[in-house]
Amino acid sequence: MAKSVRIEKTSVVFGKPAQKKAASELLDSDLTPQEIREKTGATVAVRNVSLDIKEGELFVIVGLSGSGKSSFIRTLNLLNRPVSGKTMIGDKDLLDMTKKELRYFRRNEVSMVFQNFALLTHRTVIENVQYPLEIQGVSSSEYKKKAKEAIHMVGLDGWEDHMPNQLSGGMRQRVGLARALTNEPEVLLMDEPYSALDPLIRRDMQDQLLKLEDEMDRTILFITHDMNEAFRLGDRIALMKDAEIVQVGTPDEFFDKPANDYVKNFIADVDKTRILKVRNIMEKPHHIATETDTVKTTLEKLKEKDLRFTYVTDANRKFLGYVKIEQLKRSKSETIKRLVNEDDTVIYRNAYLREAWPKLRDAEYDLPVVDGKGRLRGVLDYDVVVDALAE
Amino acid sequence: MIETVLATFWESIVEIPEFLEFNYEGPIQSFVDWFAETFEFIFERVEDFIRRVTYNLELALFAIPWFVYVLAVFLAGWRLKNWKTGLALALMMTFIATSQLWHLTLSTFVIVIFSAIICFILGLPLGILMSKFRPAEAVLRPILDLMQTLPTFVYLIPALMLLGLGSPAAALATTIFAMPPLIRLTYLGITTVSEEVREAGIAFGSTPLQLLFKVEIPQALKTIAQGINQTTMLAISMIVIATLVGFGGLGAEIYSALGAGRRGVGQGFVAGFAVVFLAIILDRIIQGVAERFDHSEGGES
Repeated sequence: MAKSVRIEKTSVVFGKPAQKKAASELLDSDLTPQEIREKTGATVAVRNVSLDIKEGELFVIVGLSGSGKSSFIRTLNLLNRPVSGKTMIGDKDLLDMTKKELRYFRRNEVSMVFQNFALLTHRTVIENVQYPLEIQGVSSSEYKKKAKEAIHMVGLDGWEDHMPNQLSGGMRQRVGLARALTNEPEVLLMDEPYSALDPLIRRDMQDQLLKLEDEMDRTILFITHDMNEAFRLGDRIALMKDAEIVQVGTPDEFFDKPANDYVKNFIADVDKTRILKVRNIMEKPHHIATETDTVKTTLEKLKEKDLRFTYVTDANRKFLGYVKIEQLKRSKSETIKRLVNEDDTVIYRNAYLREAWPKLRDAEYDLPVVDGKGRLRGVLDYDVVVDALAE
Repeated sequence: MIETVLATFWESIVEIPEFLEFNYEGPIQSFVDWFAETFEFIFERVEDFIRRVTYNLELALFAIPWFVYVLAVFLAGWRLKNWKTGLALALMMTFIATSQLWHLTLSTFVIVIFSAIICFILGLPLGILMSKFRPAEAVLRPILDLMQTLPTFVYLIPALMLLGLGSPAAALATTIFAMPPLIRLTYLGITTVSEEVREAGIAFGSTPLQLLFKVEIPQALKTIAQGINQTTMLAISMIVIATLVGFGGLGAEIYSALGAGRRGVGQGFVAGFAVVFLAIILDRIIQGVAERFDHSEGGES
């Protein structure tokens, strides 16, 4: 079961105890982190961050290096202990846990994937993957079985007995992911997991993560410095800068209402065609005719709305094709059923804009958008697409 | 006239005045005497222990035919590196066996092995302690520095005082002298385990002991093995000097060659080669084992 994560005014400060204490008292002031460091000698890595992450959400934190995102994600398994605030996982506050409770929590409810994989290089693939269960005193037949399942999930069957240094970077990170899945955590923390990989492999890994995320019920917190990656993966995104969160929202909200110039700059290089989905910018069709409609009423509707054609669906809204106004004028039929020009040039509503592009270019009219069952859900207008990309 | 006065004055300040001269030897001497007498019962036990273990080890090693050693060394070299290394090591072993110094080499080897094992048993925990507790590091580090700069011969003195002439004193001096690198490299190995790997261990809920035994020590094994190697090499270098406290072995052969002047050149060199070959054989084998623990990029798999 996935659990929600609720962070209330959490801050992380690095330094000697006395410096930390002095810096903690300045967190609510309007001094910048640099000024606090000059004054106290302590480094403020995370400052008064509050976040609500829903159960099962894939939440991405994005920011440049040094923005505090890695320090922040480490508060969620207390690799970094915040100096203040609340860190609620489900209904438990991490900061109130005893050592024993914390160990139980780390063993069962949260796990982590690391930027440089952090594999135990002296152990084989399967021995790495079984580690989280092995240290809990689970029987060896049980942890071998679970480890095999996790290895299968990430597609590394057959590599169980290889050593990590025999694998490519992408495969190593799959081992890292499998290891983080063996204990079936409710919250999965991923600290720049794909940053050390080649771009092509990174895409594969992202696709795999999206697929896995679809199949599992798990809250995922994903850290990256790559805006494209953030927008591709995230249900919601938080942008961090100088230890604080600048903006939280869905990808669309970032494009529609960037909080300030920093955000605008940050998203400027994002390739929107890879991120915006058709459903994000499709429009309602001006008119939809059902195949059982009469020619007469359809013609009247089209004239009334000043349209040259209309899309036609069956009674279940399944897309069939279109009818032009000239056809209607010439026709002697009762219903429009026999007039429909069948058309299979449609676009799936969850497709990325990039995939819609070639179809859109060749289309005679606005491109019909359908859902998984082939039902007409909207249309994609060439001009609207151009506008969306130009923004 | 004025020159004479100046000269006299100069002489008087160049000389160290008598009231500033102390007899530092005295207190040290009496402290050691007191120490040796008070803890005699302990040192007797230590001596007895060393004597018994080395005696039995010697008996066991002497019972094995020489060609088994040659074969074993060949196999080790071959398995760990390649057949050429195996052959080279086997040839060196054959040289030792046929140089009329076989028994001397074996008793030297016994003390080296004994010291190395004691170093491992004591040095490994000390290295770990040092890496885990700051105060331990603050105390041990200067002691290790001191131990590594102290002239070799100095180690013989306490060993001699406490245990008297004989191989136990040699073994004790060798052990103390050879220990620092193992402690240092254990410390180094553990403190240089990748921070992320350590974090991973903690993040999955390891107890401190699980972290130590399942993550840190295995990750540090290569470095620790290098420490064992250095310790063994130091033990070999010390064992020659330890002849001065009455230990036989190859060292004695070299000293007797020294005493023989020109007539001793041949004898000295043969014994010298035996020591060198023993060192090379042990070095290659331990290095080979150490490389087995190298799981880094391009290392052993």
